[in-house]
Amino acid sequence: MKLDFEHIPAGHCENGVISSLLKYHGLNLSEAMIFGIGSGYFFAYMPFVKLNGIPIASFRPVPGMIFTKAAKRLGIKMKKQTFRKQPKRAMAELDKVLEKKLPVGIQGGVYHLSYFTPAYRFHFNAHNMAVYGKEDNTYFISDPVMEYAITLTSVELKKVRFAKGPLSPNGKMYYPINIPEEIDLKSAIYKGIKQTADWMLTIPVPLFGVKGIRYLSKRLRKWPEKLGTKRAAAYLAQMVRMLEEIGTGGAGFRFIYAAFLQEVAEVMQDDRYNELSKEMTKIGDKWRNFSSQAAQTCKGRSSDPDGYNTVANLILEIADDEERFFIEIKKLIK
Amino acid sequence: MEKDKVPQDEGITAGISREVQYAINKDGKYEKVLSKGWEPKNIVNELAWKDIQEDIDLADEKIKSGKASPIMHYMAKTLMNITLLADYIELPKWKVKRHLKPKGFKKLKQEQLENYAKVFEISVDELLNFKP
Repeated sequence: MKLDFEHIPAGHCENGVISSLLKYHGLNLSEAMIFGIGSGYFFAYMPFVKLNGIPIASFRPVPGMIFTKAAKRLGIKMKKQTFRKQPKRAMAELDKVLEKKLPVGIQGGVYHLSYFTPAYRFHFNAHNMAVYGKEDNTYFISDPVMEYAITLTSVELKKVRFAKGPLSPNGKMYYPINIPEEIDLKSAIYKGIKQTADWMLTIPVPLFGVKGIRYLSKRLRKWPEKLGTKRAAAYLAQMVRMLEEIGTGGAGFRFIYAAFLQEVAEVMQDDRYNELSKEMTKIGDKWRNFSSQAAQTCKGRSSDPDGYNTVANLILEIADDEERFFIEIKKLIK
Repeated sequence: MEKDKVPQDEGITAGISREVQYAINKDGKYEKVLSKGWEPKNIVNELAWKDIQEDIDLADEKIKSGKASPIMHYMAKTLMNITLLADYIELPKWKVKRHLKPKGFKKLKQEQLENYAKVFEISVDELLNFKP
């Protein structure tokens, strides 16, 4: 049994899955729209949160939040289930929902994804994909970060759903059970933008939003002296991976947000959002420039002997730009 | 970023997939463009894997000098640390730490060996006969 489900490649897995699931039920909202409404844009630098012993910067809120917020703001009811230490029940429940002709979103770990490029197979557990059918022991899977739809065997899928470690999915699955006839898109958009602007400008802890970007800049400048060349390069490399490696659509989601703003301009019939989209594109281009220079610095190929100071300065400039951007956008949603 | 500037540098995803990149087309509108990859991404990903290889080499040296058991090799190879491995093996960390020493490894029962082998996706023989 294979549902008539369209595989749509997306920049980011969480938004991509929701967008595809809703499309199956007849509601056309792009990945970018879900991202904006769900307040997916973010920045956090918490030096004590580490992956492979190296601090991570996050360009999005905690996994699952975009999805929860977007659904709530659109008035969509989702069924969510987790199955702690019950893999058999988790698989049986998935089959049961598929039998009802409903595609299902699942959370999984990427380490066990046989179809992934080995280069990306780290122990990262907040990946999302949609399951849209089953024949014998094979599941049909739409993983938004893949170019084409793929399959997993039942044994593989169970491993993916019960990956261990931080953010372990515990078999998490979700699917829409009620989509309202009329959706107040404008109100949902306003709420999404407002929350993002607040997060970026007003969280009173200096690790988040624009303040967090400035904090990263300050810390990053000291890495070579504090950690030595090799370790500093590993830290900087991880920043670039967070910005660009699978699932951000480029520049740590900044380009997806720019795409969202273009859609907002149309919904609101307000060209000022197009202007802001252009500003956001410039911000994204600056992050890309940061990634490019940072990678050269990591590799020791930078012609700039003072590579860390240079990239730290780039980030400071971005912090100023993002601050100005969100002050401006806040004026539009009053 | 403009559509024609979306990089197409072959690298870490070659032959497996292309990735969505948001970029502006000729009409100034955003669209999803498939990218084969980008050199800075290749650089940082390679760096991450080089560090993992160093961890494996370090484990192998310890095994050679009799300071560690084969489990340390496979733990590094599967990108785990003690916390994660203990989670998969469903044992407390202090027990896993013991099994990482040659002395503790020798005392492992068949069932426990099978458990480790299963998590590492190898056979018990491979685990027992591992030579760095």
